[in-house]
Amino acid sequence: MNVGRESTAVVAQPGIARRRLCRPFNCMDKIIRVILPFHLRALAHADSEITLEVASPVTQASVLDALEERYPMLRGTIRDPTTRQRRPFLRFFACQEDLSHNPPDVPLPEAVATGSEPFLIIGAIAGG
Amino acid sequence: MASVRVLVGTRKGAFILTSDGKRDKWEVSGPHFAGWEIYHLKASAVDPNRIYASQSSAWFGQIIQRSDDGAKTWHQPGTPAGPAAMAGPPQSNKFAYDTSAAQGKPLTTHQWYDGTQHPWEFKRVWHVEPSLSEADTVYAGVEDAALFRSTDGGESWHELSGLRGHGSGPHWQPGAGGMCLHTIILDPSRPQRIFTAISAAGAFRSDDGGASWKPINRGLYSKYIPNPTAEVGHCVHHLAMSAKRPGVLFMQKHWDVMRSDDAGDSWTEVSGNLPTDFGFVIDVHAHQPETIYVVPIKSDSEHFPLDGQLRVFRSRCGGNEWEALSKGLPQKHCYVNVLRDAMAVDSFEECGIYFGTTGGQIYASADAGDSWNAIVHDLPAVLSVEVQTLK
Repeated sequence: MNVGRESTAVVAQPGIARRRLCRPFNCMDKIIRVILPFHLRALAHADSEITLEVASPVTQASVLDALEERYPMLRGTIRDPTTRQRRPFLRFFACQEDLSHNPPDVPLPEAVATGSEPFLIIGAIAGG
Repeated sequence: MASVRVLVGTRKGAFILTSDGKRDKWEVSGPHFAGWEIYHLKASAVDPNRIYASQSSAWFGQIIQRSDDGAKTWHQPGTPAGPAAMAGPPQSNKFAYDTSAAQGKPLTTHQWYDGTQHPWEFKRVWHVEPSLSEADTVYAGVEDAALFRSTDGGESWHELSGLRGHGSGPHWQPGAGGMCLHTIILDPSRPQRIFTAISAAGAFRSDDGGASWKPINRGLYSKYIPNPTAEVGHCVHHLAMSAKRPGVLFMQKHWDVMRSDDAGDSWTEVSGNLPTDFGFVIDVHAHQPETIYVVPIKSDSEHFPLDGQLRVFRSRCGGNEWEALSKGLPQKHCYVNVLRDAMAVDSFEECGIYFGTTGGQIYASADAGDSWNAIVHDLPAVLSVEVQTLK
């Protein structure tokens, strides 16, 4: 149960109607879709696609902050826990663009911010 | 009834093998953490159901896992067991090097392969070593080489920076497998004494609980370094010590099998009649401190057994005189390796010996090495083997 916890930017999936809010819903918050790679899904006991509530402006950093807040076991797996830099074998895609090298505080595309397109966290392909 | 639990770390997950005291029928559980590299698992001597595991991935970094129920369930320390729930952010995956000036000289670089200085960069935990007296205290040996300690069950980690800071740290250099602190031995007779080994720096000892350290490499000879008898720079592959006789250490170096009778202050070679003295593992019989085991590997360029024959060699007199043990082991076309943390012993009256191979076999002997059986044949490449004797 998530009731009673304060000052978190994230709300559990799957739907707004069923969500237990960690703080009062802010109409300025955005519902962001995030797709995780297999191993992070397993680690987080989560589905492939999850939804997060993220305050505007929606950026890489704010999405990842929200993700780690909701799934603390993912902290350190996407960004180095000390430097906060993206791990080198991971990439961030959205709207058919590679956003991996964009500064973390640059707003994500509007389609991501409105939830019409997901934010994809992709692991480098392994295998021959 | 007495039982045994074998904790196996592999390239693609962890496996738990259990049997009764006869050790002839086994149950296999796993893979746990499927698809992840599990460098090492080890249980607390204080609480046998408390098991720490190092889970890592080139993609997602380092994760520490802990079980409090004998490997039935796992969680990252600081997060709740089971499905995700709200919790404070875990620090259990954070291994931050001490860059303070407390040591008088911030330790930010070490020697790289080409001799230039290179930043210290955390990569993974190679070895977890639970305290002999406190279930919540555990040590971690990491790459790039450093020693960390947690006193809260793995929730947070703090470097024992006196090891890197004792003076020779900037001269340490990685071996081909990386610059890893892979061996941690706690002395049951002297709670403040800790031994560690680093590839390719050498062996080190602390007599004050990890605050200060000194190299213990006198007597080692490594012809692959500019000064073969240097204080540091030796590629120590593994150390072993019998709890029955603390202070007597055995070492499998890159080349050479060594022993020390003075807690590492000096070493003598005991390779004796081994067909090759290159190898990775070394271990000591649980009840006979002069009975030791190695698995000779052909050479540093050919990491497989000599002549395609997998043989364990046993010395009953602390080295120099070795006998080959091959009953039940493949004696032709065998080209696996046995990595440094992949041998362990149980403490049944008839001591059991266990080792894992890069071919995915776990071999067990319930008669101190006289004969062997494969518990499993086809696991992923085995990185580590630990054994719990549960009575």
